[in-house]
Formats: sequence, C-alpha cells, structure tokens
Amino acid sequence: MIPNLVYIAVIGVLFGAGVSLILERTLTRVIIGVILLCNGVNLLILMSGSPGTSPIVGASPEEDMSDPLPQAMILTAIVITLGITAFLLALAYRSWQLLGHDEVQDDVEDRRIMELAERAEGPHADENDDSDDSDESDESDDDMPQDHGADRGRSPR
Amino acid sequence: MTFLVPLPVIIPLLGAGLTLMLVRNPQAQRAVSLTTLSATLAVASALLFVTVRDGPQVMAIGGWAPPMGIVLVADKLAALMLVVSAAVTLCVLVYSIGQGMADGDEGTPLSIYHPTYLVLTAGVTNAFLSGDLFNLYVGFEVLLVASYVLLTLGSTENRIRAGTTYVVVSLLSSVVFLTALGLVYGATGTLNMAQLAGRLDDLPGNLTLILHVMLLLAFGIKAAVFPLAAWLPDSYPTAPAPVTAVFAGLLTKVGVYAIIRTETLLFPGGRITDFLMVFALATMIMGILGAVAQSDIKRLLSFTLISHIGYMLFGVGLSTISGLSGAIFYVAHHITIQTTLFLVAGLIEQRGGTTSLERLGGMARLTPLLSVLFFVPALNLAGIPPFSGYLGKLGLIQAGVDVATPLAYLLVAGGIATSLLTLYAISRVWNLAFWRSPQAETPPEADDDRDEATTGGPGQPGSLLPRLMVAPTFALVALTILLTVVAGPLFEITSQAATDLIARTPYIEAVFPDGAP
Repeated sequence: MIPNLVYIAVIGVLFGAGVSLILERTLTRVIIGVILLCNGVNLLILMSGSPGTSPIVGASPEEDMSDPLPQAMILTAIVITLGITAFLLALAYRSWQLLGHDEVQDDVEDRRIMELAERAEGPHADENDDSDDSDESDESDDDMPQDHGADRGRSPR
Repeated sequence: MTFLVPLPVIIPLLGAGLTLMLVRNPQAQRAVSLTTLSATLAVASALLFVTVRDGPQVMAIGGWAPPMGIVLVADKLAALMLVVSAAVTLCVLVYSIGQGMADGDEGTPLSIYHPTYLVLTAGVTNAFLSGDLFNLYVGFEVLLVASYVLLTLGSTENRIRAGTTYVVVSLLSSVVFLTALGLVYGATGTLNMAQLAGRLDDLPGNLTLILHVMLLLAFGIKAAVFPLAAWLPDSYPTAPAPVTAVFAGLLTKVGVYAIIRTETLLFPGGRITDFLMVFALATMIMGILGAVAQSDIKRLLSFTLISHIGYMLFGVGLSTISGLSGAIFYVAHHITIQTTLFLVAGLIEQRGGTTSLERLGGMARLTPLLSVLFFVPALNLAGIPPFSGYLGKLGLIQAGVDVATPLAYLLVAGGIATSLLTLYAISRVWNLAFWRSPQAETPPEADDDRDEATTGGPGQPGSLLPRLMVAPTFALVALTILLTVVAGPLFEITSQAATDLIARTPYIEAVFPDGAP
C-alpha cells in the first residue's frame, strides 16, 4: 500500500491544531481540539486499510476490494466521540452556569501553593481560605435536572 | 463451558437496562442491581474454577471464527481479575445503598446511579475478557464514560472542576490508544491479540518500539504511572465515597492489566522493560512522598494508590515468572485493600463529618469498631506481616533478588522504602484521627469551606454509622484477611497464570487450535 501524502498532511494538521487547542484554558476550545484530534485519528485508521472498490462479495474481484474493517472501527470511534463530545459540552455549559465562565481551573494543590506563595506565610496558612465556598455549591444543587428526577424517584418513600 | 465467557459482560449490561426501566422504583432497582452483581460474581467464580482446571476458555462472538470476528478469552489472569473485581463491586454496591439511605440520596441521585454503576462493571469485565485490541478499546470507553457520569454525579462545582480534568485526560489517553490501534492495524493487518502476538514478532525493531511505547503510554495514563498520574489525586477524592472506592480499586488496575497483557502477549522481551522498572521506582517514591504531605485522608489514600501501582509495574518489568506472579497477586490484593480503605474513609466522613486530619480526633474512643476497620487494612497496605500486603511485597522482592541486576536491587530497596513510608503515612492518619484526643469544638462555619470543597458532600457530623455501610466494609476487610489465609493456593494460581503468560502458547493455542493464520 502506498501512503497518500495529502492524507498524511491533513492528519498532521488535524493533530497539530487539536493538540494546540487542547492546551487552551477554556473548555469550549478544548472540546473543539478534541473533535479535531479524533477526526485526525479516524483518518489515520482509514489509512491503515487498503483502498479499493466496495467490499461486497461478487461486486468485484476480491483483490480490488477496500478493507472494510477500518471503516467499521471508525464508525465505532465516531459514535464514541459523539457521546463524549455531548458530555463535554454539558460539562462546559454546567461550568458556565455555576461560575459564569468555562475555564479549566487549577487543581487544589496548585491553588494552595499559589496562595502560599502570595501570602508567604507558614505551612498552615492554607486552611481557612479556598476559592470555593460551600454555600455556593449548596445553592447550585437546587437547579439540577437530575435532582428533580431523583426527587420524583423517591417520592413513594 | 465456553458459554460462561461472555456472561460477565452480558449480565451487568442487562441489569443496567432493567434498572434504567425501573427508574421510578428505587427498591426494585436495588434488588436488580444486587442480583445482577451477585450473578456476575457467581459466574466469575465458576469461570476461575474452569480456567484453572481446563485452561483458557474462548468464545467467538456471533460464531465468527477468530481472525474475522471478535473473541472473548478468559485465561487464569482474566478470570482471577474478574472474581476479585466482581466481589469488590458487589460490596461497594451494598455500601452505596446504605449510604444513599443514610444521606437521603443527596450525594448520589439513585435513579441514574444504578444503571451507570452496572455499565461501569460491564466495561471493566469486557476489558478483562477482551481478546481483541479494538474490543479492549471499546471496553475502556464503556467504563470511562460510565466513570465520567459517576464522577460528576450531582454536578456540584467541585465535581465539575475535577470532572473536566479527568474527562480531558482520559480522552487524551483514549486518543493515543486509538492512534496506536490504527498504526498496529496498518502494520500487521489484524487486531486479534493472539494473531498479533505472532505478527508483531516479524516487524522491524524500530516499528515495534513505536507501537509498544504508544500502547504503554495510553495504558500508563489509565494506570496512573508516575509522570502520567497527576490527574488522579485531583479528581478521585471529590466523588462520593463509594464511587471513589470502586474507581480506586478497579479503574487503575484495568490499566495495569492491559500493561501486563501488552508486555507478555504482544511485546515479550521488549527493549523498554528497563525503562518500565525506572518508571516503577519513580511511581513508588513520588506517590508515597505525595501521600506523606497530605492532610486529607482521601487525598492521602489517592497518593498511596499511585505509589503502589509502582509495585505492580516492578513485577511486570522483571518479566520473570515469579515477578509476574507477584505482580498479579499484588493486583488482586491491592484492588481489595484500596477499595476497603476508601470505604473506611467514607465511614470516617460519615461519623466525623470530615476527612481532614486537622479536624478529626478521638475516633478510637468514639467508635472502636471503625478504628478496627481502619487499622487492619491500613497495616495490610503498609505490608505488616502476616497480611497479604506483606506476602505480595515479599513475593515481588524475592523475584527482584532472584533477577539480581543492579536495577532490580535498586527497585527492591525502593520497594522497602515505599513500604516504610506507607507505614509512616498510615500511622500519621492513625495518630491524628484515631488516637489524638478529640479536637476542641471549632465553630463549623469558620473552616467548613475547605473541607466541603475537597470532599464534595456534607456529612452529618456525629451521625451513627448505618449498618448497611458497615457490613460491606466489614465483608471487604474479611476478604483481605481471607486473601492472607488463602495466599498459598492463590500464589499457586498466580504463578500458573504467570507461567501461561510467559509461555504465550496456552493463550494463542486456545484462540487458534490449528495454529495462528
């Protein structure tokens, strides 16, 4: 099989763009990056099989047929990507609902260290202040669709 | 007896569908989930019995012969993993039912919890049984998607934050895996693992090295090997206690299982086993140093989880029969022990209202039962004789000394140091949370913020422990002790499994009785 240079270039561009978008801070861009990356992978899988005529027995001689397996695998991969993209979009929306933005935040440890650096105090300086606050997350529980479902679910009790 | 092979995947999936239909009836949901997981456990035990007696069992899905269709293969390693994971998931399910009743379902909306949990189980069993790389990918995706939902249950601010990191990192590992699959298929024209075993041997060395590294990279993220583990302690502790427990027990071990398969079946005697050992050492040391620095029980346990993944990699990297046998034993031991400890952490949160070591105190006097439940698995994790943790580490260290290269000795030293540091981290929890005199009542408003930020759900301080939460924890502690009691026969099985893995022929011959095409 001779690799097609155009495909390789497209895969390269998709991977490059995907990776640089994933390194962004906002979740929406990360999602677009993920989509590009997954499409790049799909093309790569497509290239791993041989091209040819449609693989239906009797339609053409067997040597000319394309390899159907990579196409089947791509279909599976597309479905999985679709589901995960939908989930990520929901996450981004929820993040926007709660925080007003969809930026990926630093992890707990990073924030703690940054606070320590800012205050330049002893090791116990990190106790009373974290940027999250409990009443905020409490009130956020109220407008959750799942909770209403769960409420109805346990109403017989 | 091949009809048993697909059942551990089918039963939980069926159960998931049923529980989804029973969304309006929580009691029926509970009954269905319990029955489903009990049946899975029974089937897995039968499968282990059959594979130990008759060798690997193979089922060609849909009757398509192996190179064309997908096969499910249950060899000794897969069957053993199935039994342990089924037992653990069953106990955690009972625990979560108990917690749901105690909390009034606030942390875990039951209606979607049960179906998702069962789908997670199906994904895990599918990954263990898969004899085809693409099916392994599908198994991974099934369990990952279920884990995304479980991790963000209730979608509070913290869980969204932790969930975002977790989803993106897992997605990245899936993309790497999928890319590797495309390259493997392009290079060999097959994804059947038994067939790949033969065909990968014929490829030029540099190409195999690339494929090998890409697969290890994908599995390394899932298994939380050191440089790729930063996502774990950040995301796991925010989930509800039973979810964290089952993640900690199972998900990373599925990655370890995939690494074992890659190293033994696909790329035996690969050129990077020495690198694997170096990463094992780094994982052990960095993980446990992270644990020592933590002041929250759940985060501390997450770091010990990463650290002890290093032991399993150590055994795999030795690539001798005794090394692999020790690694498999350690996986079985660690699944149960880590799940138990996270469940106990959940109980501590329930009783003490927090998992922060700065605020806990006097638990030993408050609840002697809970302190016993913590003490036994904690010593087990640190590797105090006579528990199974000690036996597992002993097996690995013996295997390391047998290999007797400088690197192996270094790993042995690192393993012992990690064991001691684990003991230090664990005894710190014991001293602060259990033995210290109770903390003076601090006004809860003053420093409640951080605690709820890390744990994600408010526990009622001082509430009594529901029996349905204690019983499964007790059962798991009993299981860890049972692993100690049956360590002899278990080591027998794991060394048989390791012999089969190193030989490769039992697996390949089971899939292709007439020789690989």
